[in-house]
Parts: sequence; C-alpha cells; structure tokens
Amino acid sequence: MADWPLRDKTCVVGVGTTPYGAFPESDTYGLGADALATAVADAGLSWGDLDGLIVCRIPSYQRFAEIARINPQFCTSVESAGRFSSVGLGLAAQALVSGAAKYVALVYGNNGRTSKAKYGGGETTQWAPWGFTSPGAIHSMMWQRHMHEFGTTSEDLAHVSVAFRKHASLNPNAVRREPFSIEDHQKSRFVCEPLRLLDYCQINDGAVAWIMTTPERARDLRQKPIYLSGYSRQDSFTTASLPAPDYWYPALQKISHEIYDRAGIKREDLSGLSIYDNFSPTVMFSLEGMGFCKQGESGDFVKNGTLELGRGRWPTNTSGGHLSESYMQGWGLIAETVKQLRGECGDRQIPDCKAIQYICATNISASAIFRN
Amino acid sequence: MTYTKPLPVVDVWSKPFWEACKQNKLVIQRCNQSGEYFYPPSPVSPVTRTHDWSWVEVSGRGKIFSFVVMHQLYFKSFTDDIPYLIAQIQLEEGPMLITNLVGMTREEVKMDMPVQVVFTEATDEITMPQFTMIR
Repeated sequence: MADWPLRDKTCVVGVGTTPYGAFPESDTYGLGADALATAVADAGLSWGDLDGLIVCRIPSYQRFAEIARINPQFCTSVESAGRFSSVGLGLAAQALVSGAAKYVALVYGNNGRTSKAKYGGGETTQWAPWGFTSPGAIHSMMWQRHMHEFGTTSEDLAHVSVAFRKHASLNPNAVRREPFSIEDHQKSRFVCEPLRLLDYCQINDGAVAWIMTTPERARDLRQKPIYLSGYSRQDSFTTASLPAPDYWYPALQKISHEIYDRAGIKREDLSGLSIYDNFSPTVMFSLEGMGFCKQGESGDFVKNGTLELGRGRWPTNTSGGHLSESYMQGWGLIAETVKQLRGECGDRQIPDCKAIQYICATNISASAIFRN
Repeated sequence: MTYTKPLPVVDVWSKPFWEACKQNKLVIQRCNQSGEYFYPPSPVSPVTRTHDWSWVEVSGRGKIFSFVVMHQLYFKSFTDDIPYLIAQIQLEEGPMLITNLVGMTREEVKMDMPVQVVFTEATDEITMPQFTMIR
C-alpha cells in the first residue's frame, strides 16, 4: 500500500470562509461567491486560473459559474448531505492527478438558518408515517443501541460537546462561544431521547471555499501548500434505509487499515483530529471505527479532556466544530484543518502542528490525512 | 375524524405490503433460492438479483433493537402524540423496520424485549403496522 498513487500529489492552496450566522440579505450564491473570493485572494491566484469547479448545496453549478465568471473544463455539483465534503475532496484530487483540471475551486454555501431548514419533517420520506424523521433521530436510534450494547451513557457524549465548546470560546468566528459544563449538558432538554439539545449541531448561514492544485503549481503561489497525503472511503449502503445497525464500524475499520499506509503517516504522528460532528455520537463512532480506542470504549476514551486543546493527546475540532462553530457539513472542518497546518489559528493553535486527520462516519464514510 | 399524519408512499413494489396490512397481515418478501427475508419491498432479491421471490406472511413478532422518544415537533399532525415512541424492530425472520410502539409507556420499554405487531386503520386505503409489548 506504500505506493498509493495519490499520496502528496495534490494540495490545498487557498481557503475562504464567511462569517457564520443569519444573513437574510444574501443566499448560497452570494455567500459562496464571498468565500471563493477570499480563497482566490488567499491563494494568490487569478480568477482565470480556475479551471475546475465543484459546488455543494448551491442550487445550480452553472449559475454559480456565471456569477463568478468561470468557464471550467471540469465541473460538477455534489449532493448537499455532509458526507459529500469528503466526496468532493476525493473528486478534486482525482481530477487534478488525471489532468482533468489544474486548479479546482470547491465551493459550499448554506443558508439553512435564514431558510429555516428543519432537517426533518418531509411528509413523503420513508418513515414519516411513523413520525420518524431528521438525521438527529437516526443518530439517536444508533446511540441508544450503542449504550445498550456497550454500556456507554448520555453523559459520555457531554465530554465531546464540552470540549468543542471550549475550543469555540477561542474562535471569534464561532456562533456559540459560551462554555458549558457536563451538568449543563445533562440538564439540556431532549430533542429526541437519548439525544439532547447540546448533542446537536448549529444550523446557520455561511459558506466555505477551498482551492486545490498540484504541488508543482503550488510553488508559485502565496501559501505554503497543505498536502492531501492520504484519502480513503468506504460506502455502507446495504442498510441505507435504517439507522446503521453496525455504527458504520466495518467501513471505518477498513478505512483505518489503509489510510495511514496510504498517507505514509503513522497515527502517532498526527497532531490533531477533525471529526464530522453533526451530532455528538458521530464523534464516538468515528473514534472507535478508526481505532483510537476499542469498540464500545469511546465513553472512557473522551473523558479527562482527551479531545481538548492544551489538555489531551488528541485536540479535535479546534474551531468548535459543527456543535459550536457552525454546521458547515465538513467543509468548515477541513478549512480549519488547513489553517491549523499553516499555523494561523491564534489562541486555538495546536503547537507544532504537522498532520491532521479528518474523519466522517456516515453511509459514505471517508477519512483524509493532511500535512504541511 | 380525518387522518392528517403523513401517509406512506405506496409504489409498485410496496403495494402488496400495504394491501396485506389492510387485512391485518404482515407480509415480507422472501428470496426463493436463499430463503432470506428482505425489507423494504424491492424489485429483486438482494441475494440473487432476480425476481425469484415471494410474499410470505410472517409471525408479526420481533424484538426492540433500539428506540427513541421524539420530543421535537416536526409534523403538526403529531402534536397530540409528543413525546412519542419510535422503535427499530428486528423481526423474528431477520429484517428490521421502523415503527411506533403503542399501548405501552416509556417506562415499559426495554431493549431487546419481544414485541408483536398491531394494526391501526388510518384511512380506507392505509392500515398502519405498529408494535406493542407482549403482555
């Protein structure tokens, strides 16, 4: 596996994020254009250099390209589910290595707060007749089983939410910055028992853009490149109608057995983690599946500040993540990963940051290792 | 009283399932070659990828694989039900489905406990399969 053909063959050379919050005066096109303009300036590129475009949660790729006045030779949109941030990342890397494009812009825009996105309540969805709706309910169903099977608890989840909120308190762009305690988490109301309000992410308006290219082209640009060293993905569709009865563990295990070899980076050489946290249990499934602890032991693993910056071995989601910075569906987590590896994170900087692993546990599970 | 909750989208594959519910019977597809039961209703057996399967009436018994208590109001039509019980049931025959637990309280729910299907008429066309504890 040492010969994974894409190792360090592509890199992120520009990132752009908007503020997160309520922006009824804009929309996904406007927010996306703002984020991309920031990324283009950050990279030191000209707009005419962009010959690849991947958009997410922006309704029309061609309307967006028209707005930005781009005529790419490689373009697609990916579905709006959060799993597609890593899908887009993989597609961009393949396009660059295969020569389909030289500079790929990846643009994500979300106006979920202004549009009052409910992430549930679709009358024609599969289980709606029984009132089963929303990604939160799906994860709650999975966590209930996990607690039964392994003896984990709701309080275990609190350690995740508390850690990410502490990080958010150091991030001026986080929407929730007020720290809370384990007890506060336990007193927060049930949205869908066993999950509580403080297990849920923060739906907001905002956008994120990344620009990727090859290391040879990156030499002439403003920023030091952040390399995509390794990438691995495994889909789990054979129980797609149900809350995953296996917590995506087999898929994540398979990824864990190839990602480090592909990247040429050992787990112990990682400086931190970025874990998709739509709901706090996803972090537990990710840690177990990726082998940071044994299956069923994530509850003990996250205690004593394991995921906290300046305290534990595995500083995770230093921006505050989806639970506290803003739900930007993986796009924001990868932008934060790049900023960490550049050393731009100020009060929340991981000291001597060398490599960070991104993990997304879902029906399209994926992981990526970035290094500087 | 008019039924206002969301109704299932009945398609060509699930129609026999819902027709059987009207007769208070739970039917599931079974692969004729492997004997494996599968759900939701599908055009082909996932084992053979052929149409060599049959609808079979099943026991209606299963166990609570997992459950949640929904406190959030996503459907106005569920206003009077909140908080309500939703379960992931594993049927004796193997497949899992999502349903409501009825005729029992939150305190009575235990993981892995045996449950039995009950049928509730929603409209002239639709009868809903739900589950309850075996008393």
